[in-house]
Amino acid sequence: MGSAAEAADIAAIVDSVYRAESRRVLATLIRQLGDFDVAEEALHEAFVAAVEQWPVDGVPDHPRAWLITTGRFKAIDRLRRRSKHEVALDEEGLERIEAIADPATPGEDEGVEDDRLRLIFTCCHPALAPEAQVALTLREVCGLATEEIARAHLVPAPTVAQRIVRAKAKIRDARIPYEVPGRGELEERLESVLRVIYLVFNEGYLASSGEALTRHDLSTEAIRLAKLLVELLPEPEAVGLLALMMLHEARRATRVSPEGDLVLLEDQDRSKWDRAQIADAVKLVEAALASRRFGPYTIQAAIAAVHAEAPEAGATDWAQIVGLYDVLVDLQPSPVVELNRAVAVAMRDGPKAGLTLVDAILARGELADYALAHAARADLCRRLGRAGEARAAYAKALGLTAQAAQRRFLERRLSELSLSPARGAG
Amino acid sequence: MRYLCLIYLDEAKLGAMPQQEMDQLNARHLRFNAELLASGHFVEAEALQPAAAATCVRVRNGKAALTDGPYAETKEMVAGFYVIEARDLNEAIQVASRLPSAPLGTVEVRPCRDLEVEGEAYKASRKSPGRTYQS
Repeated sequence: MGSAAEAADIAAIVDSVYRAESRRVLATLIRQLGDFDVAEEALHEAFVAAVEQWPVDGVPDHPRAWLITTGRFKAIDRLRRRSKHEVALDEEGLERIEAIADPATPGEDEGVEDDRLRLIFTCCHPALAPEAQVALTLREVCGLATEEIARAHLVPAPTVAQRIVRAKAKIRDARIPYEVPGRGELEERLESVLRVIYLVFNEGYLASSGEALTRHDLSTEAIRLAKLLVELLPEPEAVGLLALMMLHEARRATRVSPEGDLVLLEDQDRSKWDRAQIADAVKLVEAALASRRFGPYTIQAAIAAVHAEAPEAGATDWAQIVGLYDVLVDLQPSPVVELNRAVAVAMRDGPKAGLTLVDAILARGELADYALAHAARADLCRRLGRAGEARAAYAKALGLTAQAAQRRFLERRLSELSLSPARGAG
Repeated sequence: MRYLCLIYLDEAKLGAMPQQEMDQLNARHLRFNAELLASGHFVEAEALQPAAAATCVRVRNGKAALTDGPYAETKEMVAGFYVIEARDLNEAIQVASRLPSAPLGTVEVRPCRDLEVEGEAYKASRKSPGRTYQS
């Protein structure tokens, strides 16, 4: 039974089942078997069994359920055969696993909560080191290989591997439970998850054109992850973050010039923005705002939406943006947010009003080492014709940033000022 | 599973606390301990005398060498500890965050482990159920 062609068909089916279902199978096996490594072995063995048995027995009606059951049985076998010194579980633990019954209706998802949600919250547990949260999430939830994660972060593969090993050890040793947080802890824990997702996105988003290939995948991965999260747990802030990332992504093509230079929002070619993605994102923002339970990500998304909806830079509704920043400053008080608000105020009320605010922030000393604060000051002084002060501020900003694209931008501005007729202090 | 909760506090701040505030803090801890006992989390707890009262013992080549003071001179010192019984880390964290001293300093939550001898696991604590080691 089974010709080479049929075997190839089955292999293709197994492959597509792997891509579609392996993460869900893993998430359930982790819950049932109580250990990440044991579950990963079981997952692997289940797919090996699929490749061997499906050509003979046919593809099961419910592949996911088949894989979970098979994985679990393989794990029990393996655990029983291990020598005493290696055993990961005691007899009681093994009996508990053996007693697991599959749902009466195969394919019917056990439990009210999706195991992937448990997996996401566990990988993003605040008791794990932040880099470990990112690595573990990309590996277990997104299914990226260690090498892919390493390449994307420009970090050696053994370093990533070690982070993941330590994280799993901590989950085991400190007994971090595999569960979705209760209502009381949900908001705080969700913050941790959203932080990881946005970190992953930003690492993809900030790539220079040289590394564009691998880094872009990270942004896509982050959006995929956020979509999954929203599907499983439609909390407003999760929706807000998804919208924010989609809005950034929709403008990706115009953010960097072919030479790798930063293109300001006001100079971006809006015809190249992904209008469909923007429209989808705007709907999400509106839904999140309507809930009245929104947070900082939602407001940031709303600000991005106002920008994205303007057909051209000159048509931007700066008054609305300032209003949104007023809300954001309240929700997430920080000098950086205040700075961004000041820039928006300058657009609404003129550079002098913005400069007053920026100087007040700088006077407090909080953003003294923040390149963008000095760059903002420089820009406002430039617009006011105060060339000398602008030059000084651009120089200060240059001294504070090592990022190549940003440096080129600041240097260009500086050289533009040097070409202006006034000499000495402006 | 057992967790150790180490309470780190700034001794200078503690020393500057008015007696009445200190009394209230102590009373909160004592009440809290009764709650933990009732809820089954309490294994042991002690408040410690200030770090200056500590002595460090090192034994090298059969000789005990003593130094006065705590192991580490840090801004926050170990002021007390709890050993609690909790289902998992989340529960341990919840208990730790309710410790009356928690808002004043830092609580380190660390899981306790068994001691292995020849492949068998033993509890170090004589107060817990489980296999005892007989030499």
